[in-house]
Amino acid sequence: MSHLTPTPVIDGVQDKTMILNMGPQHPSTHGVLRVILEIDGENVVRIMPDIGYLHTGIEKTCEAKFYQQVVTLTDRIDYLCPLTNNLCYVLAVEKLLDLEIPPKAEWMRVLLNELTRINSHLVWLGTHALDIGAMTVFLYCFREREDILRIFEMVSGQRMMTSYFRVGGLALEPPLGFFEKVRDFANRFPSKVDEYENLLTGNPIWGMRTKGVAKISAEDALALGASGPTLRGSGVDFDLRRDMPYSGYENFKFNVPLGKEGDVFDRYLCRVRELRESNDIVKQALDGMPEGAIKADAPKVVLPDREKMKTQMEALIYHFKIITEGFSVPAGEVYQAVESPRGEMGYYVVSDGTAKPYRVHMRAACLANLQTLPIMCEGRLIADVVAAIGSIDIVLGEIDR
Amino acid sequence: MALSPPITDLEQLKSHPAVGRLLEWNPAAVTGVKFDRDEMTIYVDRAHIREVCALLRDDAGFPFNFLCDITCVDWYPNEPRFEVIYHLLSIAKKERVRLKVKLSGASPVVESVTSVWAGANYFEREVFDLFGVRFTGHPYLRRLLMPEDWEGNPLRKDYPVEGYR
Repeated sequence: MSHLTPTPVIDGVQDKTMILNMGPQHPSTHGVLRVILEIDGENVVRIMPDIGYLHTGIEKTCEAKFYQQVVTLTDRIDYLCPLTNNLCYVLAVEKLLDLEIPPKAEWMRVLLNELTRINSHLVWLGTHALDIGAMTVFLYCFREREDILRIFEMVSGQRMMTSYFRVGGLALEPPLGFFEKVRDFANRFPSKVDEYENLLTGNPIWGMRTKGVAKISAEDALALGASGPTLRGSGVDFDLRRDMPYSGYENFKFNVPLGKEGDVFDRYLCRVRELRESNDIVKQALDGMPEGAIKADAPKVVLPDREKMKTQMEALIYHFKIITEGFSVPAGEVYQAVESPRGEMGYYVVSDGTAKPYRVHMRAACLANLQTLPIMCEGRLIADVVAAIGSIDIVLGEIDR
Repeated sequence: MALSPPITDLEQLKSHPAVGRLLEWNPAAVTGVKFDRDEMTIYVDRAHIREVCALLRDDAGFPFNFLCDITCVDWYPNEPRFEVIYHLLSIAKKERVRLKVKLSGASPVVESVTSVWAGANYFEREVFDLFGVRFTGHPYLRRLLMPEDWEGNPLRKDYPVEGYR
């Protein structure tokens, strides 16, 4: 495996190439990614991503918080899909606790997760197209994204940092009129995807900028730990939702779009098709939404209802204890992975039996995906670097944590 | 619902494909096993980790061909202090396994698996950066997230949460 190109070392004096710095404040690097390019004219000889500008030490902070407090931290990791982070963390803690979750909570989680996926893919599509020069798509994508953010606000009170999932269920009952609003969106959305596709998929300029650009083979993608659309664009048929289902995904029917060439265009097609599949899952979740409780029956872990807390002594005691001392989790360790919009997001939670996690580690899909950038870009033009960065859909918050 | 206690008896877990394969190859490489909450953990001897990874990746019948993650846990002040953790996934068989290597606090050194999976590059650099565990044979072992001139390893348990001021 000779793909490890750790650094653009300048071997002696080479007048032929020069080092070009791109970022960390560059609009096409989607955050604060710095890329060091060694270029020969317009051609990229070597490329090294430099990360860490957004490191906030979330893993360390988690160790000082109660289990229920960590939920709010997980929102800030991948800020484009906070609900997926919430889900992954609460599933891990629920696995440690061995908690049974009521079906309505599971279905709500699936519903909101797929909306999150649509939301995240819309931001990706808009910015990716903008990078390559298709300005209109950006405006259209953010129009639909606004609808989804309003749905999130309706259900959780927050547009972006939702923290709606709790260990043991959901924070609140979905409000009146919520399902109608989601259904209205889900009915409208496929025609909007047609709109984006009309602008891009058959567009010859888009094709020239994306087809055959930044290719990666399936073997290389696997060896580098790429996952999600970056892996599926190269033709590897693997989706955690279908192959290792969690949170009731086994009840849903959907296709997993695959690419063939592993180029920017195939990754684009994968994600655009995923928009439609996710919309289908949202509709299935709406049709089959079970009735019942939204929280597990575990008074020592789940906060009691407001009404009960004010009328029953026992509920008041549990409420006080959970808020002041947290809840203890049996010692052990779990690794829980979910399919985030970017790939396999995994939470590794270690408990030592107290109310604070001993260690929380996030497996960031983007961190592994970013390692594919050198293979994609070397030998290509600088302009293709921009297309490649957009096509792996990086979120620096998740990479740096 | 009560949790069932973890199974740590090697004899009972021999049927697991990864455990069986490793025992067949070199019984000394496996220093322990644990099956807890439907997750399989294999404790691997420090000297054999790279060979174990290559063996599991290339196994014809049950390949663990995808490296999900490498991370570390600091058990300060206990010894052996560090546990380096490898999460492997078999994409074909849809199965996960966790490998663990225990390292002493005095010399936390382990062989790099970048020659097995190129993707281990960033993961190992991150562990080196935040825990100070060294990976021999890594082509570019430098800090990944913290600044180059940072002192200390923030995720160690003896490093204060609010940092040194």
